[in-house]
Amino acid sequence: MSEHLNVAVNNEKKSALLIDEKDNVSVALTQINEGENCLVRKGKEEEIIRVLERINFGHKIALTDLEKDAPVLKYGEIIGRMSVPVQKGSWIHNHNMYCERGMRA
Amino acid sequence: MTETFMGYRRENGQVGIRNEIAIIPSVFCSGKVAERIAYQVPGSVYFRHPVGCSQVGEDLETTAKTLIQIGKNPNYAGVVVVGLGCERFSPQELAAGIKPTGKMLETVIIQQEGDSLQAIQEGIKKAREMQQVASRQQREEIPVSELTIALNCGGSDVTSGLVANPALGLASDKIVEQGGSAILSEITELLGTEDILARRAVDDHVAAEIKRTIEDTEQRLERQTAESSNQARNHLISTGNYDGGLSSVVEKSLGSMKKSGNAPFSGVVKYGEQLQQKGLHLLDSPGHDGETATGQVAAGAQLIVFPTGRGTPTGFPGVPVLKITGNSKTYQRMKENIDINVGRVIDGEASLEQLGEEIYQEIIEVASGKGVKAEILGHDELFCITRVP
Repeated sequence: MSEHLNVAVNNEKKSALLIDEKDNVSVALTQINEGENCLVRKGKEEEIIRVLERINFGHKIALTDLEKDAPVLKYGEIIGRMSVPVQKGSWIHNHNMYCERGMRA
Repeated sequence: MTETFMGYRRENGQVGIRNEIAIIPSVFCSGKVAERIAYQVPGSVYFRHPVGCSQVGEDLETTAKTLIQIGKNPNYAGVVVVGLGCERFSPQELAAGIKPTGKMLETVIIQQEGDSLQAIQEGIKKAREMQQVASRQQREEIPVSELTIALNCGGSDVTSGLVANPALGLASDKIVEQGGSAILSEITELLGTEDILARRAVDDHVAAEIKRTIEDTEQRLERQTAESSNQARNHLISTGNYDGGLSSVVEKSLGSMKKSGNAPFSGVVKYGEQLQQKGLHLLDSPGHDGETATGQVAAGAQLIVFPTGRGTPTGFPGVPVLKITGNSKTYQRMKENIDINVGRVIDGEASLEQLGEEIYQEIIEVASGKGVKAEILGHDELFCITRVP
């Protein structure tokens, strides 16, 4: 995926970036495979999250369990809501998240 | 405590961070003459453009206002207006618009001088005289509150919204916190964030202006895409965006908006208008890199910070364009064009906060005279006046 996106992912550590403290998702900084542990930096604190499915570079990981219709927070703002409930460590994308804004028939 | 940089205090109290002589044609017909004058006088820059002839209505007014505001930008120590003589927006009108700044100002009109050769010769003399005066001007210590930075991105990829724009937002916040100004533009990249942006407005009036500006742009895009011969290209979010991990237009636009950090919005300005107060502003501009940069310099920006994921070498005459990338691969490939590699956050070598501080410190250095790669290599492609259909 990173090759397709033309991004060199030099980071050998499996880690993810938390952009805003309010966020409930973080962004994978490398490809993370099912069952692997991933390091999430929250300011000076660090948390290890077990990833439940393969997550590609640039894609989102749930930092907590999320109910159906729960807001998905990235950049400290609501980017959409869950269409189904997911567990912490899940991949969040448009297969399980919806956003009415910008959708067209 | 307010930090400082070294800049040029102008006659009208405004501050420039460069000290060049601007050679501005009032119409495309005098473009080559302006270019030849600038070639002969190092330390001067020219503004070649394709407009000023046979325009009417708001289109002509936008061109006129933009050329005047470019001439007024405090980065230019003096201006030589170069006209043909028969254009509807006259060189005299352009000069009269710039005059209130009190800066050095002369006008050369080809049809009055005789021919292009005589006009070039006359322009060189005037620019040379100005350059001699400018060469004696000294930088002085200026508070960061006098700084106006423009936020403009191009050639974006997944790393732009992920690290480059958020890091720039931290630097922008630090300037605005100290009483300085920043300009967010590219309205086409902000669709879906109107409510979020409006919440950051200082008052209800500014909130309404923000919403109206974004709605107008979206309606125009809807009209244009409805009439397009390629209906596959009319979505707000592309398959490439989805592949990169973006799940909604709001998420995509937030990545662009984050260039502006979290500061409150003090106002909204139209294209071709100058900021009337300090603080973070939204400038109504299209997404085109050059049209945006030109509107930002017209609004009074002394410096542009430009995140680019895929990499672009462009610059602006007399205004430093500081290039940053979130993509280490692009940085390695385009080292001669890009100033800062924010991709180190992705590589696990540095934090967003560290890169935000590094961008801020580089802004202060560049404002104090350090050349950015784009200006040292002579890149000036970003001067491009928007057209009003």
